[in-house]
Amino acid sequence: MSTFKAKVFVTLKPSILDPQGRTVERALSHLDHGNVSGVRVGKYIELTLSGSRAEVEAQLKDITGNVLSNPVMEDARWELSEQQGEERVGA
Amino acid sequence: MKTAVIQFPGSNCDGDALHAARLLLDEGAQFVWHTEAGLPTGTELVFLPGGFSYGDHLRSGAVAARSPIMQAVKAHAERGGFVLGVCNGFQVLTESGLLPGALSRNRNLHFMCRPVHLRVENTSTAFTGAYARGQVIEVPIAHGEGNYYADPETVARLEGNGQVVFRYADNPNGSLNDIAGIVNERGNVLGMMPHPERAVEAPLGSEDGRGLFDSLARAGTPAQAPA
Repeated sequence: MSTFKAKVFVTLKPSILDPQGRTVERALSHLDHGNVSGVRVGKYIELTLSGSRAEVEAQLKDITGNVLSNPVMEDARWELSEQQGEERVGA
Repeated sequence: MKTAVIQFPGSNCDGDALHAARLLLDEGAQFVWHTEAGLPTGTELVFLPGGFSYGDHLRSGAVAARSPIMQAVKAHAERGGFVLGVCNGFQVLTESGLLPGALSRNRNLHFMCRPVHLRVENTSTAFTGAYARGQVIEVPIAHGEGNYYADPETVARLEGNGQVVFRYADNPNGSLNDIAGIVNERGNVLGMMPHPERAVEAPLGSEDGRGLFDSLARAGTPAQAPA
């Protein structure tokens, strides 16, 4: 059994308007960063899980899709790394 | 109509919900705490009140939708029992899958707390029989995340089936098709962002929310929670 660290990124689907991102973008523009566009605000969640890699990956798929994100309006992807070393990216 | 008002940590319209239910539906209406596994025997209406359950952590309604009592609420809905979700209660209903779609941040990012006008679009539901079709009612809103969203196929299905029950006369939050309240296909689960329970007594500004409770009172007996 190993211990894994998961980093989960939750973002609004591209088709969903992000008023928060738009507000941040406008503020940046007022601060003379007029070249910044496409600002989207999302969430970052960290988890530590123990088990085999296969178990943990299956569990993460369930957790990210059914709890940490709402598939009606959000996308979620995750990065998983074993506590010593090796990194893998999933969605 | 035997009514249970579910309380989550962070519910803040639970008192208003209980008051309206006792006044208009059931003198014995009672609170049920979210950690309970079952509803009181004979419950006919489950009222999911407004508020900020679990501090809106993760997403509004997300954690409440996965709390123990919601299994019983889902079973109640499957039996044909009535479920009314107002404001945060509506968010809990979409998060739990009892109603389609989702409620996202208001278009203007503001928390809005004021009376709005709603058009009653469908009067053949158990929740709206006492209203006239097209009637405009005044009911308060109080939310920051009431912007109704669903994919185009879902919205088309809701419209085609007459599941859009209340529509904003002047859309305050960016909701698709001005949607303020919807029912499930069977018609026994209603979710709405405006607060009918805050509009049942004239001294508080409007009595237009009474129609919803009067409708339920005349709708007759739905399925009940078993002993």
